[in-house]
Amino acid sequence: MSKNLVEFNNISKFFGSVIALKDVTMHIKKGQIMCLLGDNGAGKSTLIKTLSGVHKPTRGEIIVEGKKTIFDSPRDALDLGIATVYQDLALVSLMSVTRNFFMGREPMKGFGPFKTFDVEKANNIASERMGQIGIDVRDPSQAVGTMSGGERQCLAISRAIYFGAKVLILDEPTSALGVHQASVVLKYIVKAATSGLGVILITHNVHHAYPVGNSFTILNRGKSMGTFEKKDLSREKLLGMMAGGEELDKLEVELKEIDRTLKN
Amino acid sequence: MSVKSKSIQNKSKDERLRKVSRLKVLLNRPELGALGGSILVFIFFGIVAGDTGMFSAYGTINFLEVSANLGIIAVAAALLMIGGEFDLSVGSMIGFAGICIAIPAIYWGWPLWCSILFAFSMAVLVGYTNGILVVRTGLPSFIVTLAMLFILRGATLALTRLITGRTQVPGLRVLIENDPIAWIFSADAFKGLFSWLGSLGIIALRQDGTPLATGVPASVLWWIGMTIFATWLLMKTRYGNWIFASGGDKLGARNVGVPVGRVKISLFIGTAVAATIYACVQVLDAGSADTMRGFLKELEAIVAAVVGGCLLTGGYGSAIGAAFGALIFGTVSMGIYYTDVDTDWFKVFLGGMMLIAVIFNNYIRRRVTENK
Repeated sequence: MSKNLVEFNNISKFFGSVIALKDVTMHIKKGQIMCLLGDNGAGKSTLIKTLSGVHKPTRGEIIVEGKKTIFDSPRDALDLGIATVYQDLALVSLMSVTRNFFMGREPMKGFGPFKTFDVEKANNIASERMGQIGIDVRDPSQAVGTMSGGERQCLAISRAIYFGAKVLILDEPTSALGVHQASVVLKYIVKAATSGLGVILITHNVHHAYPVGNSFTILNRGKSMGTFEKKDLSREKLLGMMAGGEELDKLEVELKEIDRTLKN
Repeated sequence: MSVKSKSIQNKSKDERLRKVSRLKVLLNRPELGALGGSILVFIFFGIVAGDTGMFSAYGTINFLEVSANLGIIAVAAALLMIGGEFDLSVGSMIGFAGICIAIPAIYWGWPLWCSILFAFSMAVLVGYTNGILVVRTGLPSFIVTLAMLFILRGATLALTRLITGRTQVPGLRVLIENDPIAWIFSADAFKGLFSWLGSLGIIALRQDGTPLATGVPASVLWWIGMTIFATWLLMKTRYGNWIFASGGDKLGARNVGVPVGRVKISLFIGTAVAATIYACVQVLDAGSADTMRGFLKELEAIVAAVVGGCLLTGGYGSAIGAAFGALIFGTVSMGIYYTDVDTDWFKVFLGGMMLIAVIFNNYIRRRVTENK
């Protein structure tokens, strides 16, 4: 279990003179959920894009299952089993559930030039997969636009898993969801991890991250503030370490100051 | 089919599952508007011009031929629109392809089949240029192909005048006779059937005993064939799914591995090739090429595609719808001659129809995506 699925060692990314990421290191193990926390502008998006092959890191190395690799495109990362579910989910709301599920990787039948998209098989797989996570796809040919936010999130995750993801990178999967839907999605993420996937959960919501995460990496202004195991970290401490923590303490002091001057 | 849908329904016993009637399912299809429009148009002309010969064999072939010409480019334009782009250079490409056939054949002594192949390779080149410019620069295809509209039309005119000294190239008819491939674009089909029907007195004859309508023009078969092919592509192939995905959400599609750029480039090649098929049909039918051929056809193709249910924003539409859009267009443009209505009103009708179609399609899209 100690073997890392993926290691990101000292990843740095510069855009011209801007240092977007500096020496970020993360290790992801099988069956573990690693939460990446950070405030807006902490470099979360840049990090995801670097992990998923959209950006090439300026410095640092990526090691997948013991082998050093360079991702030239998102496709490379995908081929090695690193699947990213972006905030926009890469779902087309005008297209059907099935067509979205198999977008870019359609099951085929037939021979040679007469190979066709096996719609029936695709429909069956899509509704079966969605059924497994407790979402009744009333009709797999219905447009994704008719689904709720949580359902869409689950569709995107289940699609990534179906296509052989070993490491799931989830970008703010709960940010746009209500309490109930968020808990449905989180439950599904835990289930995915227990089935042997490594998960990188990116969020700025400590209350969503803490219950499900095994370890936590905190990002602040492009730098990692370290990775902590859950047992070494209380929820309050985690909250405090988020970029907001110190700032809020400072703010409290300043407010007291103002309060005092007003009273005097 | 019925067995399968039953098994799905058994699997998901959801108390929130509302039974959706067949009618409702049909109402959500993009081609519904054009289909309904076609029926209305036929009812209208059936009443107004039913006894004028519009629906005789000859009259029917006439309006079908006009529909078919437009349909050939409208189907390709629909695929491109579903893929999220426009091609305004289609009309100019028709003129350009026409002289690409005529000048080598008449002035350079090429065999006709050779100049037809030359025209198609030029089409691939123009389509590829359009596509690569749109994909690489990220500029709206509206602008890129608008530029191509002027470039191609200008080049057609300038080159033709440079080489021939005028703007028309006649004299192709004699070359068609013995050409191995020209018949693909110019021959009438089912001639025997039409002669037989004529001999039975079912369809009208000329004085020499040959039927007035000699057969089904090749363009009609191209139109039907291309519609079937495009529908098959869209519904039944991987590439079809990629077209929807590229038009529906470019970034999303790319993130899951759809080669969006390649899809779009191939669709631009498709519209240019369709324009060349149109040009072949017209040039071989008329026996001459004209630099102004295909003028404004790009807009008519877009009208047909939009009436057929394509969204201007991409990701939604149908090839069958575009074919019906072209049918409405052809039927009205020819049918109006059989009525007392002044033909000047045709364009008013065209614009009005497009407005209604867009409003209707907007409503359909909302139905489909907002769970109603």
